[in-house]
Amino acid sequence: MHSSVITFPGSNCDRDVDVALKKFGFKNKMVWHDDVELPKSDLVVLPGGFSYGDYLRCGSMASKSKIMKSVLNFAQGGGKVMGICNGFQILVESGLLPGVLLRNKYLEFICKNVFVKVNNKDNSYFKDDKKDIYEFHIAHNEGNYFCSNEQIKEINDNNQIALFYSDENGNINEQSNPNGSLQNIAGVFNKQKNVLGMMPHPERMIDPALSGEDGSIFFENLINNLK
Amino acid sequence: MIVNEQLAIDHGLKKDEYKKICDLLKRIPNITELGIFSAMWNEHCSYKSSRFHLKNLPTKGKNVIQGPGENAGVIDIGDNDAIVFKIESHNHPSFIEPYQGAATGVGGIMRDVFTMGARPIANLNSIHFGSPQHKKTKNLLRGVVHGIGGYGNCMGVPTIAGQTSFDESYNGNILVNAMTLGHVKKDKIFYSKAAGLGKPVIYVGSKTGRDGIHGASMASASFDDKIEEKKPTVQVGDPFTEKLLLEACLELMAGDSIIAIQDMGAAGLTSSSIEMASKGNLGIEINLNKVPCREAKMTPYEIMLSESQERMLIVLENGKEEMAKKIFDKWNLDFAVIGKTTKSKKIELYFDEEKVADIPVNTLVENSPMYNRKWKKAKLPKKIKIEKEQFKTLKVQNVLNKILSNPNVCSKEWIWQQYDHTVMGDTIQKPGGDAGVVRVHGTNKAVAASVDSSAVYCWAHPLSGGKQIVCESWRNLISVGAKPIAITNCLNFGSPENEENMGEFVECVQGLGEASSYLDFPVVSGNVSFYNQTKDIGIKPTPSIGGVGLIKDYKNMVTMGLKASDNIILVIGKTEGHLDQSLFARDILNEKNGPPPEINLFNEKNNGDTILKLIDKKFIKSAHDVSLGGIITALSKMCIKGKKGVTLKKPNYLINQFEYLFSEDQGRYIIEISIEDLENVTKILQENSVHFDELGTVNDDNLIIDDKTKVSIDDLIKSHTTWLINYMGN
Repeated sequence: MHSSVITFPGSNCDRDVDVALKKFGFKNKMVWHDDVELPKSDLVVLPGGFSYGDYLRCGSMASKSKIMKSVLNFAQGGGKVMGICNGFQILVESGLLPGVLLRNKYLEFICKNVFVKVNNKDNSYFKDDKKDIYEFHIAHNEGNYFCSNEQIKEINDNNQIALFYSDENGNINEQSNPNGSLQNIAGVFNKQKNVLGMMPHPERMIDPALSGEDGSIFFENLINNLK
Repeated sequence: MIVNEQLAIDHGLKKDEYKKICDLLKRIPNITELGIFSAMWNEHCSYKSSRFHLKNLPTKGKNVIQGPGENAGVIDIGDNDAIVFKIESHNHPSFIEPYQGAATGVGGIMRDVFTMGARPIANLNSIHFGSPQHKKTKNLLRGVVHGIGGYGNCMGVPTIAGQTSFDESYNGNILVNAMTLGHVKKDKIFYSKAAGLGKPVIYVGSKTGRDGIHGASMASASFDDKIEEKKPTVQVGDPFTEKLLLEACLELMAGDSIIAIQDMGAAGLTSSSIEMASKGNLGIEINLNKVPCREAKMTPYEIMLSESQERMLIVLENGKEEMAKKIFDKWNLDFAVIGKTTKSKKIELYFDEEKVADIPVNTLVENSPMYNRKWKKAKLPKKIKIEKEQFKTLKVQNVLNKILSNPNVCSKEWIWQQYDHTVMGDTIQKPGGDAGVVRVHGTNKAVAASVDSSAVYCWAHPLSGGKQIVCESWRNLISVGAKPIAITNCLNFGSPENEENMGEFVECVQGLGEASSYLDFPVVSGNVSFYNQTKDIGIKPTPSIGGVGLIKDYKNMVTMGLKASDNIILVIGKTEGHLDQSLFARDILNEKNGPPPEINLFNEKNNGDTILKLIDKKFIKSAHDVSLGGIITALSKMCIKGKKGVTLKKPNYLINQFEYLFSEDQGRYIIEISIEDLENVTKILQENSVHFDELGTVNDDNLIIDDKTKVSIDDLIKSHTTWLINYMGN
């Protein structure tokens, strides 16, 4: 399996994702934002960080990078594109995913473990998933998902919600919502489910010595699904 | 502008210092030169009041690669790996403008570390605020935390540990000390010593603006009523540019084109160029028209004194300019050849084809003033006779609740949750433990770091206090299973011109030196911040110690959370019942006098070394050092972290329960071991002549003290976690 991780100026989880992808068997290449063409890839990852310092709006300037044209073409042709944290923000800004990510409800950066419930397993990311509820790590200032009434209806009608913030038993409620996200949304798909954006960082949980190991389960499942 | 004595005084120089400048130059300096002298000779850059005493600190050791004098200290951790680290203050700017002051403090210390070729792998901070009731405290705390997070999070460097305290002596002068650790290969360390003649001097990074002019001079004076007017002296940070600068510098450093590199920190282009020239014993010639400027019509004076952030000065090998420029172009950063090295041993500046400064380098550095200021020795306060009658009205549970929710003891999760502490994927011990721990990427090694200070002890008796913080740092590293290697210090004090404040400095440094020498825990870097005072009132003396240790196999790391029921709890080290200056005495009995606990360096070293032996043999399931709040506070934190309880019985040798539970005797740890190991552990402790008490056993749900007091884990958690969240209002 070949993967590509895009490095934008200000990306800072690019190495972490590279480590994770390689650990679970991907042949990963780092791709510079100013490049024009994507290498041969089964998966493209837009990593977390502060692309362009999050100036203007998070992800907005990165969404206009040269490489994004190829990423857009790749996604429109059915290629798998996954955005984590700032990568999610870039996908939203590029129009590949619906909605926007606002500042967290309490206007503070949050770094902690949360539980997320998988909503839709009919896709390459979560198919045959042994788990319904993951313990993942979040670290963001703008993860408060928001969209219009029409959009949320469409998202629900198309079963586009990928992950909900929940408690450890899978209850989706206000107490388990860390940032004020609409309907506790932690991740969404595009209509075709080949593009996934999510705020949590599975790459930070790939080793028992780290915050947990649920990220390992996610990546193992992902590479098996893409094979 | 006419330069005269008054103008020199306005620049913060003293009359005799101005006279010395004229004598050295054999003429009156021009305005640019006066600015340069004032920047180099202020307290912040010249260490003129502290140098005399700092030279007595132990700075050498078998693991020390680089001691004080460079951008940061460097220690050897084996296998061609080295750790670069330093702590630095940004107190004055953070009080004037908390967000930018704290942010640029973090930015500055990271630059010091990556200037040496190291990739930053962990940040820590030590922040101190006025009384929680003071009207400014809440906003300052919020601003500082946002600033530290804003910069560190964007850089993608985890903030793994820290310390926060509140004390009314900081009402008018908060303290913000930032520390960074970086990892570098031993054979790829970069230094600031220029070498070779006619080598190009390169400016990279952000453009130079008018921000931060005279920042270092501002940090070398006390605050008065006009503090608001000083806002323009605070720099503005841009962590995004620094992230680009970090990546660009590391990319250039992978090759062999750099002769010397120095970041532009305090006193900007002035101190960076002079430092490189001075270390290399040569001259530097700069054409100021070539310096990339953000604003039009900046004068030579402004260019030389600007403290705009995210800038570096590099001396490059000839012919490497094009290659280097390509790298900085790739990262969208300015790159300009602004001058060259010369044999003149002078700083020569040109602007509009005119020579605007011509100063021999040694006059700025070697000939800078050094004062052996007058200082007053502190007496050891008399021990207080605490009437034990008053204990009869106290209930252990109420006292414990009050201590766990004390602002200086309670959980600081509200703070560290706003710092990204897991980015880079190597954080194996998060904030909230004895020390933060990160793996050395791609290896089995891990580095532990902790930052500590005990202003109350230092205030009560500076010599004991100075020793105590070094010991506490040492204990915190031991508690996570790390072998302590070296320290960095940030010495925050009042005015050196006040004999009492100066005395506090001298004796704290003496204590610090004694302890670090005894423990073989040398000082490899640091910084001094004087004039932390408003008008005539100085802060409590607050040296902060950043300790760094090594865990050879990260799987052997120890945490403080209790692990399993029926395990045995031991207290290592003797409890004498010293209550003076303890939190119990100050907060519960309202007794603020008396001496701090005594430090016995032999016991300290012996106890610590023995704990490491036990950890090495894998006997220790959890460990925590005993500090503020005594045994019961330490034990409560272990219960909270592990969500387990303990059934304990006070040993008989100390009669009073409160003395046993809340005294702050030093050199102590609490460890958890399994019952099968008790015999072996006892044997090792006895062989090493370490005093220990068998305190009790781990249970599933309650802290039970002498059969009389029973506190549930949930109640402990509640006492510990609610104060700060309620105080900050969410």
